[in-house]
Amino acid sequence: MSRHVVCAADELPPGSRRTAFVDGREIALFNVDGRLHALLNRCPHGGARICSGIVTGIAQSSGPGDYRLERHGEFLRCPWHGWEFELATGQSWCDPRTTRLRNYEVRREAGGNLVKGPYVAERYPVVVENDYIVIDI
Amino acid sequence: MNAPFREQQARQTLAVVDCDIHPAHRTPGELLPYLEPRWREHYQTYGVHVRQALSSTLMYPRMMAAGMRSDALPANGPAGSDLEMLRKQHLDPVNVEFGLLMALSKGGMEERNPEFAAAMSRATNDWQIDRWVREEPRLRAGIVVPQEFPEAAVAEIERCAADRRYVQIMLSSRPSDPLGHPRYWPIYAAAERAGLPIGLHPVGYNGGHPSTGSGWPTYYLQEHYVFVACMEALAASFILGGVFERFPGLKVVLVEGGFAWAPALAWRMDKHFDKFRKEVPHLKQLPSDYLRQHIWWTTQPIEEPEQARHLVEIIDWIGWDRLLYSSDYPHWDYDNPSFSFKFPMTEAQRRKIFRDNAMALYRLS
Repeated sequence: MSRHVVCAADELPPGSRRTAFVDGREIALFNVDGRLHALLNRCPHGGARICSGIVTGIAQSSGPGDYRLERHGEFLRCPWHGWEFELATGQSWCDPRTTRLRNYEVRREAGGNLVKGPYVAERYPVVVENDYIVIDI
Repeated sequence: MNAPFREQQARQTLAVVDCDIHPAHRTPGELLPYLEPRWREHYQTYGVHVRQALSSTLMYPRMMAAGMRSDALPANGPAGSDLEMLRKQHLDPVNVEFGLLMALSKGGMEERNPEFAAAMSRATNDWQIDRWVREEPRLRAGIVVPQEFPEAAVAEIERCAADRRYVQIMLSSRPSDPLGHPRYWPIYAAAERAGLPIGLHPVGYNGGHPSTGSGWPTYYLQEHYVFVACMEALAASFILGGVFERFPGLKVVLVEGGFAWAPALAWRMDKHFDKFRKEVPHLKQLPSDYLRQHIWWTTQPIEEPEQARHLVEIIDWIGWDRLLYSSDYPHWDYDNPSFSFKFPMTEAQRRKIFRDNAMALYRLS
């Protein structure tokens, strides 16, 4: 597993989404109310780039006449055929047995923690201004 | 930080022919410049005759952007109205060598006023060339005809057929009568003379009768499924009505109606043909022979059985030379060629379905 910086944290504010190429893969990144999600930007059913899908909840029912949209912001609906995936796990809720969207660990880290190699070069004063969005592939 | 963001690169994949792309009008008045003044006035005063209660409302609610891909909405106009978006979203990344337009909106197929239907068909055909095919050489048009008025339909076919940018004649799969009825035969004679296949595509709620043989569907899911029932009924009508016996050069493409039902229909017709052949003495071959010789199918929306390989047996029966890839762009049930077939295929089979069958059938080059 390798860590990759994909963008500065302020380039993915709450309510936004974007894509990034990481290690040859196109990754869809979502910031839903501060929760970060990173998913392969390809629907496992029909191949749609799911970054343009709708962030939604899931319809629950305990019986006829009772329908509730719950867990708003926790699901992503593919822009083509409407398959729904849980953002946190990539799990499909249309066909949970066989289909899941590949998801990646994603977190926000301070810039100063990120770059450490075997050599120590001549040092200059540096100010860490931003945090970065980091994912593990 | 390195620059990690890149636009998606077009992949080098097998060139495909897409047999079902839907162009849309940017504005409701887009056809007006293509109509004669008399019909322009009619259109502006009375509008088109669409068989549903509220012309601005879909008969069945759809979960995705009024039946469109939710990522296919351009900044201006409805999905399917922006050529640049069509290029970037579909023609380029999927490597479409030729794309066949299926112009459904406000053409002549659903219109009940005969002369207005003819005028709308002419306008739609001119608009396809002017707005799409001239601008994008990968695209080809289908001749929209006022199919319920065969004399006018024949005139429109004859007006367009010499222009090789038109590659087929479009008919609705929800006609007023089953398409084997002799009143449509002048259209088939014209198609045969022109050397153009007939493409049947589901269009709106044409004909004014319920889309199943037993009433109106309750759900959109049901409505979407009965595209299949229409196609089966029309295939049987063409075959048993003797259309292919009378017009041996006629080729029919069933678009967006599935194909997995074809063997069952053929077996059933063949079985009963043994007993009832005196009722249809105009048939010289088994019904399944006509099916295999005269009918082609497009792939979208492809059936997705739990065991994907089950489709292989069906295609083995139908013939690998009878299926044509289609995407249905920009509709919600769009099929990307890299993902729509969920079973392994040989290189030869892939080439046939995605390109060569359509190249030969539509004489594309």
